[in-house]
Amino acid sequence: MWDAAYDVVVIGGGHAGCEAAAAAARCGARTLLLTHDLARLGEMSCNPAIGGIGKGHLVREVDALDGLMGRAADAAGIHFKLLNRSKGPAVRGPRAQADRALYRTAIQGLLAAQDGLTCEADAAEDLILRDGRVEGVAAASGRRIRCGAAVITSGTFLRGVIHVGTKRIPAGRVDEAPSVGLALTLERLGLPLGRLKTGTPPRLDGDTIDWAALERQEGDAVPEPLSVLTQRITNPQVACGITHTNPNTHAIIREHLHLSAVYGGRIEGVGPRYCPSVEDKVVRFADKERHQIFLEPEGLDDRTVYPNGISTSLPEEVQAAMIASMAGLERAVILRPGYAIEYDHVDPRALHPSLECRNLVGLFLAGQINGTTGYEEAAAQGLLAGVNAAHRAGGSMEPPAVLARGEAYAGVMVDDLTLHGVSEPYRMLTARAEHRLALRADNAAMRLSHHGEAWGCIGSERRAAHGRFAAACMEALTRARQEGATPTQFSAAGALVNQDGRRRSALEALSLPGVTPEAAKCLFPWLRDLDGCVRTWLEAEALYAPYLERQEQERQWLAREERTSIPRGLDFAMVPGLSREMQDRLSRAQPDTLGRAGRLPGITPAALAALAVHLRRQGTVSRETA
Amino acid sequence: MSPDTVFALASGAGRAAVAVLRISGPRSAALLEALAGRLPAPRMTTLRRLRHRGEALDRALVLWFPGPGSFTGEDSVELHLHGGPAVVAAVSEALADLGARPAEPGEFTRRAFLHGKLDLTAAEGIADLVSAETEAQRRQALRQAEGGLATREAAWTGQLLRLLARQEAFIEFEDEDLPHDLDIRVTTEAAALRRELEASLAESAREERLREGLSIAILGAPNAGKSSLLNALAGHEAAIVSARAGTTRDVVEVRLVLGGVPVTLADTAGLREASDEIEAEGVHRALARAERAALRLLVFAADTAPDAATLSLRDEDALLVGSKSDLGPPVLAGALPVSTTTGEGLPLLRAALEREAARLAGMNEAAGLTRPRHRAAIGEAVSWLAHLETAPLPELRAEALRAALRALSRLTGRVDVEAVLDQVFGEFCIGK
Repeated sequence: MWDAAYDVVVIGGGHAGCEAAAAAARCGARTLLLTHDLARLGEMSCNPAIGGIGKGHLVREVDALDGLMGRAADAAGIHFKLLNRSKGPAVRGPRAQADRALYRTAIQGLLAAQDGLTCEADAAEDLILRDGRVEGVAAASGRRIRCGAAVITSGTFLRGVIHVGTKRIPAGRVDEAPSVGLALTLERLGLPLGRLKTGTPPRLDGDTIDWAALERQEGDAVPEPLSVLTQRITNPQVACGITHTNPNTHAIIREHLHLSAVYGGRIEGVGPRYCPSVEDKVVRFADKERHQIFLEPEGLDDRTVYPNGISTSLPEEVQAAMIASMAGLERAVILRPGYAIEYDHVDPRALHPSLECRNLVGLFLAGQINGTTGYEEAAAQGLLAGVNAAHRAGGSMEPPAVLARGEAYAGVMVDDLTLHGVSEPYRMLTARAEHRLALRADNAAMRLSHHGEAWGCIGSERRAAHGRFAAACMEALTRARQEGATPTQFSAAGALVNQDGRRRSALEALSLPGVTPEAAKCLFPWLRDLDGCVRTWLEAEALYAPYLERQEQERQWLAREERTSIPRGLDFAMVPGLSREMQDRLSRAQPDTLGRAGRLPGITPAALAALAVHLRRQGTVSRETA
Repeated sequence: MSPDTVFALASGAGRAAVAVLRISGPRSAALLEALAGRLPAPRMTTLRRLRHRGEALDRALVLWFPGPGSFTGEDSVELHLHGGPAVVAAVSEALADLGARPAEPGEFTRRAFLHGKLDLTAAEGIADLVSAETEAQRRQALRQAEGGLATREAAWTGQLLRLLARQEAFIEFEDEDLPHDLDIRVTTEAAALRRELEASLAESAREERLREGLSIAILGAPNAGKSSLLNALAGHEAAIVSARAGTTRDVVEVRLVLGGVPVTLADTAGLREASDEIEAEGVHRALARAERAALRLLVFAADTAPDAATLSLRDEDALLVGSKSDLGPPVLAGALPVSTTTGEGLPLLRAALEREAARLAGMNEAAGLTRPRHRAAIGEAVSWLAHLETAPLPELRAEALRAALRALSRLTGRVDVEAVLDQVFGEFCIGK
C-alpha cells in the first residue's frame, strides 16, 4: 500500500524546507523533500538579502548547527555589509545581498551533496494518520509515501492570494499555484488558522535606472562572511543606489489609496509593522516628507533591481506613476509589479517548543506557516524542526532540539511563537532577547556546538572548525587574563588610564574606553596575530564582562524556573490560590515549564508563586538533573 | 480544589446601627440564594428577609457582585444587617453551617491582589489604611490605596519605556533614516528622569516617617529633668522621676500624636561617665537612640553648666530645651525655657514639637515612597540611570534602561518587550 518509505518527509522547498531536509538528513534520517518545482529550491522570493541585525545572528546560529544558509549566502553574496559597525559587537549584524541565481545554485548544490536526502518535484496534498500520529504523506501524483515524521514548510502557499490593486490571483508566489489541499488538511486536524499578509515592491529594469544621478552605497571593503567556514568571498562586489520618495510620490499614493488592496479593504490579513507598505508609510507618518529607497541589484547577470522600501499593492499603472516620480527612476521600467499576498498561518501556540503539533505526534511546522517573516527566521525554525523530526522518526520520546532564551535567538523566537502566538508576521529583533549581550554573532559556535553534537546534526568539517575556534578563544582568554601592564606602560602606548599604579590585565585593557585597539595591540603584540574571529570574540567578552556576569546570574536563576517542569495535563483548578482568570490563562496556554508560565501575558507574580509552591509540594522533579 | 468561600464582618465590632458582612469565593451566589432566595440583579441594593433552616434571621440590604467586577475579583456578596452582635452571630453561624469559613485577617485584600485587582502598592495602601492611627496617616494610606504611588510609578515607567524604545530603535534600524540625535536625546532625558527619581528619594523620608511614626529622643546630662519632661508631654507618669542622678537607665517610650503625626517619644539615660555596668549600657542605648531618632530634644538644666556630651549632639534636627526655668534663665542661648514644676514654656514646647513633626514627617505633594521596599526599587533605578550616562555604547545604555525598568516594575508589576516594540513602531516610520 506504500509507494515509498522515508524516515522524514519535508513538504516545501523554501528556506525552512531546505534547512529542515538537510538537518534531518545530517542527523541520519532518510529524508525526502517534496516541492512543486526543483529548479526553485532555495528561491529568494522577496528581497535579495540575507542577514542583518538580529537576522544575521540567526544565520550564524543556523551556521553553527551546520545549516546551509550562511554558506550559500557567502557563495552568492555580491554586496556585504556589517550593520551597526559603530555600535558594540553584540548588536552588529552581518548581512549579504545575494545574487538570486547563485544562491539557488549554492543551495541546490549543498542539498545534492547531502547523503540520505532525496528531493522530488511533487505536491503534498494530504497527511495520512494513524492513532494520533503521522504515518505518511499523500502526494498530488497519487503516490503514498510512508514516513516517521513530516515537516510542513509551506510558506505563503496555504490558500495564498496575491493582490495587485483590485485584482486577486490565487497563488503561493507569482506564477505558482497555492496549496489548498494542505490547508484543508490542517483545518481538519483542528489546527487553529489565522490570516496574515505581506507585500513586495515592483521589480525594476536596472538598465533603465539613471544610476549616475543617484547616491551610491558600497559594500564593506573587507566583506564579513556569514559562515565561519568561509575563508574568502570570491564574487565581484556591486554597489546599491539610494533614492527617496517625495511629496509628489506621496500625492500620487494618497490620490489612489482607495485602489490599494490593503487600504481598499480587500485584505483582512494583518501585515508587519516593521515592513509596512508604502501606502502605510504615507498614511501613518503623514508629516514625513520623504522615505528612503535602496535600489538593490538582484544579481551579477541579472538586470532586475529590487527597490527596497516601497512594497505596495496599488494597481500597476499607479505603481508606474509612483516609480517615475522619484529621482533617478524617471524612465525606469517595471519588470514585475509589486503585490500584497495574503496567506493562512497556523497559530504557533498549537505547537510544542520542539515545533511539533501538540495534538499530532510526528507533525512539525516551520517557517512562515508559523506566522514568521523572513528567510532567516524560516531557516532557523526549519533546522530545529528537521532535527526534531529526525529524532521523532528514530523513536525518540522527547524531540531534543529546544533552545533556551538565554542560549540563542532561535530559542527566543520559538519560545515567543509557541507561547505568545503572533499578531503580525514575527520578525527577529535584538530587542526581543533579554540576554542580548551574550547572544552574539561572534559566539554562535561557542553557544551551540555542544547542542549540535548532541543532536547529531554537525558534520566532521564543522566539528573540527569549532574545536579549533574554541581552543584558540580559550587560549587567548587565558593569556589576556594573565598578561598585564602598569599605568606607565599604558601611557607610553598612548592609552588613557588612571595613574593609580594598579596593574591592568590585557582583558581589562580591552574593555577600557581610553584604550584604543591600536594601543592595546602595541602593548600586547600577540593580539595582532590572533585570527580575526578570535579577536572579535575576545574583545566582546572583555567589553561585556561585568554585564555578562550579572546576566549569567540572572540566566541561572531563570534556568531554575525553566527546569521546573509542569506535568502535561495538570489541572490548574487544583492549584490552591489560583484565581479563575489565572486558571483559564494557564489552561489555554498549557505551559510546560514554570519559566514559560511566568512569561505568559497577564500572569501575576502572585499566581506564579502559587504555582511554584504547588509544584514543589507535588515533588515535581527537575527536567534536567545537571 | 477550588478556593474556599470566606466571610468576615467588614464594619467595626460591637453594637452599631448597621453591620456589613462580606462574603467572597466561588460559593457566594449559592450562599446568598440559600439565605435570601433568588439572586438580585448585580450591584443593585435589594431588601430581603434572611432565613436559615426555617428561621428568620434578619431583614437586610443585600448586594450581589459577580466576579471579576468585585473588590476581590471573585463572586462576592455584601449583607447589610442590623448591627446587634446577636444578629451578626446568627448570620455568621448560618454561613458557617452552609460551608463558608471566617476569613483570615487581610484575606480579602490578599485575594484581590491574587486576582490582579490591586497592585502591590495599592494592597500595601489598604493594609496601611486599616492600621492608620492618625488622620494624616489615613490620608496617606488612602492616597496609596487609590493608586497614587502606582500612578506615579506608571508615569516613570512610561518615560523609561519611551527612552528604551528610542534606544532600541537606534540599535535595531540602522539604515532607516531616524532622527540623527536620537541617541544623544536618550542620554539627556535619562539624566532628567534620574534627577526626578532622586528628588522622590530625598522626599521619601518624610512619608516613611509618617507611615512608621516619628521617633524623638530626649537627651541630656543626668538629672537634667528629661523624665519630668517626658511625663509632662505624655500627660501621665510614664517614667520614674527622682532627684537622684542616673534614675533612668533603660529607654522609656511613650506614644503621642503631634499634629496628626504619630510620635514615639523616648526618655534616655543621662549622658555621663557611667558608675556601673548597667548604667553604662543605658548610656550606650541612649546614644544609639539619639542616632536613630529623627528629632532630638537636648535638655540643659538651668542650675548646671552645659555638658559636653549633650552639646556634641547639636545639629539641625535638634531642639534645645532649658529645663528647670523656675530656678533661673537657660544656661544656653537659644534654648526654650521650660519648667515642669510651673508649667512655663510647655505650650510653646508642644507647638515647637508639632512644627518640627510637620517638617520631618508628612505627605508630599505627589504620592510618596512610604516603605523601604519602594526606596530600594527607586534607588536601584537611579543607580542604573547614572550608569547609563557613562556607558560608552548604545546597547549598554539599553541594558541600563532595561535594568532600571525591571527595578521600577518591582513596585507594581512587570513590563514586557511587546510594550517596548509598540512604542518603537508607533513613534518611528520603520521598515523598507
